Amino acid sequence: MSGIVVIGAGQAGCALVAKLRALDHDGPLTLLGAEPHPPYQRPPLSKKYLLGEMPRERLFLRPEAFYADQGITLRTGCAPDAIDRAARCVRIGDERLPYDQLVLTTGATPRRLPNMIGGGLDGVFTLRGIADVDALAPRMRPGARLLVVGGGYIGLEAAAVARGLGLQVTLIEAAPRILQRVAAPETSDYFRALHRAHGVDLREGTGLARLLGAGHVTGAELSDGSRVEADLVLAGIGVAPNVALAEAAGLPLDNGIAVDKLGRTGDPHIWAAGDCASFPWRDTRVRMESVQNAIDMAECVATNLLGAQTPYDPQPWFWSDQYDTKLQIAGLNAGYTRVVARPGARAGSLSHWYYAGDRLIALDAMNDPRAYMIGRRLLARDTSPDPALLAAPETDLKALAAA
Amino acid sequence: MVKITYIEHDGTTHALDLAEGLTVMEGGRDNGVEGIVAECGGACACSTCHVYVAPDWVDRLPPMDPMEEDMLDFAPGSDPARSRLSCQLKITAALDGLVVEVPEEQA
Repeated sequence: MSGIVVIGAGQAGCALVAKLRALDHDGPLTLLGAEPHPPYQRPPLSKKYLLGEMPRERLFLRPEAFYADQGITLRTGCAPDAIDRAARCVRIGDERLPYDQLVLTTGATPRRLPNMIGGGLDGVFTLRGIADVDALAPRMRPGARLLVVGGGYIGLEAAAVARGLGLQVTLIEAAPRILQRVAAPETSDYFRALHRAHGVDLREGTGLARLLGAGHVTGAELSDGSRVEADLVLAGIGVAPNVALAEAAGLPLDNGIAVDKLGRTGDPHIWAAGDCASFPWRDTRVRMESVQNAIDMAECVATNLLGAQTPYDPQPWFWSDQYDTKLQIAGLNAGYTRVVARPGARAGSLSHWYYAGDRLIALDAMNDPRAYMIGRRLLARDTSPDPALLAAPETDLKALAAA
Repeated sequence: MVKITYIEHDGTTHALDLAEGLTVMEGGRDNGVEGIVAECGGACACSTCHVYVAPDWVDRLPPMDPMEEDMLDFAPGSDPARSRLSCQLKITAALDGLVVEVPEEQA
């Protein structure tokens, strides 16, 4: 009995091994992580940890003793070289680690700015792991000039932290608006106004031509020909799923490691979950980058590893903290045809509800947890309130959910 | 150390001595209390660390901020009299002896 081997000790890998033990699985269980830390939460990295308000130990998803207590072999600083499907083992240097079942929870890696436009200069960062923040945070000194490339969640959250720390911040987004890939124009408008009110020089429809400097970055030339000075550059231009091991092993890929509804790859002994995996959902195939997906997909795969046949059917949700605004998202808005805005009960609270035709598919709630909680409930039941009712501030949300 | 007692839905009781500075959520999660899920890790974003506070403790806890109040207002199984999000309860000496119950389900 070789047991279950899990490659990737992030949120998904941790949730998977914990779930297996919670389900009373008592076979050998090995979790391999490339980083030197036990599994940890990534969301605070671009928020409280970057701000210096959270010690490292509080990032850990489980106390370090948990793994030994549960009979889980956690190997940190361990990056496998290959998967040998025929021999059913993982190659780590000269070692052959056999498996009965293998799970890939390998996560994703931030895209870097190409070296040919200065991406290799000192002072240029990405933000994904503890090491990234430990390198960046000491340089986030008041008065320093930060250029954020990319107006997605990582870039916007880092910009908010940087303003809080007293840096001068310029944020550029090549697309016509920030959050274009993930949110409606109404939500982009909200966050644009928020960042400008906090003093961010936010420029949309503006790409990066090249970074300037010899050795250390000193600034950037933008796509409109203008120049900005910068002491630090943070690239928040998306991530690529970590598929190298799967690809080399000949497993099917499709915007990530392609799995079926159960989470199984093209090899019946190999599974995948979390940011690295794409799966069939409704009429399409999706890959999600979120804590919710990492946990829920990993837990679903854990049950299926033990013989269940449970299709993964997520109820997506997500959050972001920027300044004093908490954004909570439920559902996936892909394919929306209409957005309904609803002011919240408290000053400054607001929600945007996405419809595809008559069907409610998602919402963004800004400092409006009531709307978020009701929206989740409506989405879970696939119930779509009349948009006109929803838009009317006097409509009682609780009554909508009870209907 | 601060003594906090967690009662799981099936009655399993954990009487824990916890360090100040953590949250009630972290104290439960780190010691294997079933039902303290805390998917968002303590960001007051998900409500899966919901607990019921023992009645005699309700008025001795720091008040809720609007975010916590609104999350709980619509959380499943929420009891307006004694529901709290345990990620928002920082462990201090004033909490010594606190008893919380974990709901059957978190959502």
